[in-house]
Amino acid sequence: MESPTKPISYLDYKGEYKGILGWIFSTDHKRVGLLYLYTMLAFFSVGAILGLLMKIQLIAPGYTIMGPQTYNSLFTLHGIIMIFIIVVPGLPAVFGNFFLPIMIGAKDVAFPRINLLSWWLYAVGILIVLTSQFMGDGPPDTGWTFYAPYSFQTATNVLPAVFGAFVMGFSSILTGINFVVTIHRMRAPGMTWFKMPLFPWTLYGTAWIQILATPVIGITLLLIIAERTLGIGFFDPALGGDPILYQHLFWIYSHPAVYIMILPAMGVISEIIPVFSKKTIFGYKAIVLSTMAIAFVGYFVWGHHMFTSGMSGRALFAFSFLTFLVAIPSAIKVFNWVSTMHKGSLDLQTPFYWAVSFLFVFMIGGLTGLVLGSLATNVHLHDTHFVVAHFHFIVFGGTGFAFMGAVHYWFPKMFGRMYDANWANLGWGIFFIGFLALYLPMFYLGIMGMPRRYYDYLPEFHGGNIFSSLGAIVLIAGLMIIFINLVRSARHGTKISEKNPWGGTTLEWQVDTPPTLENFEEIPTITGKPYDYN
Amino acid sequence: MSEEKTHIVPYKTQVIVLFVLLILTGITVAVTRLEFGALNTLIAMLVAGIKATIVLAWYMHLKYEKRLLPMLVAGVVILFLLVLFVTFFDYSYR
Ligand SMILES: [Cu+2]
Repeated sequence: MESPTKPISYLDYKGEYKGILGWIFSTDHKRVGLLYLYTMLAFFSVGAILGLLMKIQLIAPGYTIMGPQTYNSLFTLHGIIMIFIIVVPGLPAVFGNFFLPIMIGAKDVAFPRINLLSWWLYAVGILIVLTSQFMGDGPPDTGWTFYAPYSFQTATNVLPAVFGAFVMGFSSILTGINFVVTIHRMRAPGMTWFKMPLFPWTLYGTAWIQILATPVIGITLLLIIAERTLGIGFFDPALGGDPILYQHLFWIYSHPAVYIMILPAMGVISEIIPVFSKKTIFGYKAIVLSTMAIAFVGYFVWGHHMFTSGMSGRALFAFSFLTFLVAIPSAIKVFNWVSTMHKGSLDLQTPFYWAVSFLFVFMIGGLTGLVLGSLATNVHLHDTHFVVAHFHFIVFGGTGFAFMGAVHYWFPKMFGRMYDANWANLGWGIFFIGFLALYLPMFYLGIMGMPRRYYDYLPEFHGGNIFSSLGAIVLIAGLMIIFINLVRSARHGTKISEKNPWGGTTLEWQVDTPPTLENFEEIPTITGKPYDYN
Repeated sequence: MSEEKTHIVPYKTQVIVLFVLLILTGITVAVTRLEFGALNTLIAMLVAGIKATIVLAWYMHLKYEKRLLPMLVAGVVILFLLVLFVTFFDYSYR
């Protein structure tokens, strides 16, 4: 510490604890971010393998490698892992924790201990969810949505899965509170709201959704627990309850949760595109305002998940209309990103590949969302493979691609080492091809009437399913190349100490590589706008 | 950067607020003896809302904060009411 020459990096810093304890008890926002990253890497691998097993089951009609009950519990666990453990904490927990303080010129988040606590709650929640797989009555088979009335009728272990998701909710709320306070109180002098970079802006919108929507799912999950253990009758028609009330409550959270997943992804893309176009971002204010508009309007569209559930006709109309409204700010962003690239000097590097392919899959995901948001087409497509394809394009294609872009963009800063760009590009190419081959046929299968969540299908769906399952294998191959390259490079990649390898203009490219314990020896004063390439 | 000042509320104010809250509680109880049908719920919610506002303003010091915090709280309440409205929009037309 007292070395007068150069403060040591956060990776080399020796605190009170050594080894792994130095990580799981560290309140350094950068280490907390990496804790999340490693946890997610582990569970994402599990979730991806579950997905692969399901696709292998579907490669031919009938029993291939598993029966219906196994298939039901696989898609339930796949959903719980991918939603609650990966994409909901996702970008904010990993890159928000690591880069939000640096990008706004702060030494840490506002409440570092609460930040560590939120990782612990997350880890405990995961453990509770996992117990559901190994207890008496078999793994839950409800799907990640825990729909009533089935969720209080099935004999399987729904309780631990629901309770684990409940605990993870607190982790999400605490992260949200931390980020809102950090952004309000800890911006460097001179960094006014409209001089703040766009990734922090999206984290701000996300944080409010985390604070305000997560309690709704928390209470809803508690109601399921009460319903199962005490038989109160909130959702049981036999006792005067209403199963549709469950769907309302569930989606009041779970639709905004989609924006928890996608807003930070949009923030990452808004960071990557100007840096690799060497051009000032087009329409900074429009991006900021559309972010806040999406965060707000996103609260009032949840009913589009319930078009066939038996809502009133007027509610159907209102929800469909509001859903179409959200498309406007989303499209504004896409236009802004494309305009940023227009006449820029494009630097074709791995993060940029991920960002551009994000635009492609996000457009497909978004536009098919409008097909589902229209009342008439929704009746035909509800609960078919079309829906599965749509949300994988948004959640895996949108958030997943942005996550990969973020990893490849910030990797040198985080680890002080560089990955092998050729392998990274090859991995991206194989992954992208696999992704399209896996999910595009599902649109077709859905339109033809193949329902989701069935382990079996009619013979006429065989062709599309073979294509899709082979795509899954290609995708996993690409994923392995990407992961092996990253994991290997984090330990053995070529060391770099250059502060700004990509030519970025935001603050994280002005601090040391890797950052020092307190990020800044001296808090900078901000005078200009971010993304100034003139 | 911050000029933290703590506002000290005199005991007298605290006690007055306490009595106002007790009177409102009394009203809540009294109203249950009258028959207004569905309006009973509305009145109970209104009184509870007033009480919550008083607690937020005086006991939780929102009244003494700069504009930002009261605005954030108001925004949250409005959002909550809107979500309720949209949900019951479905129920009232079913
Ligand atoms: Cu939705």
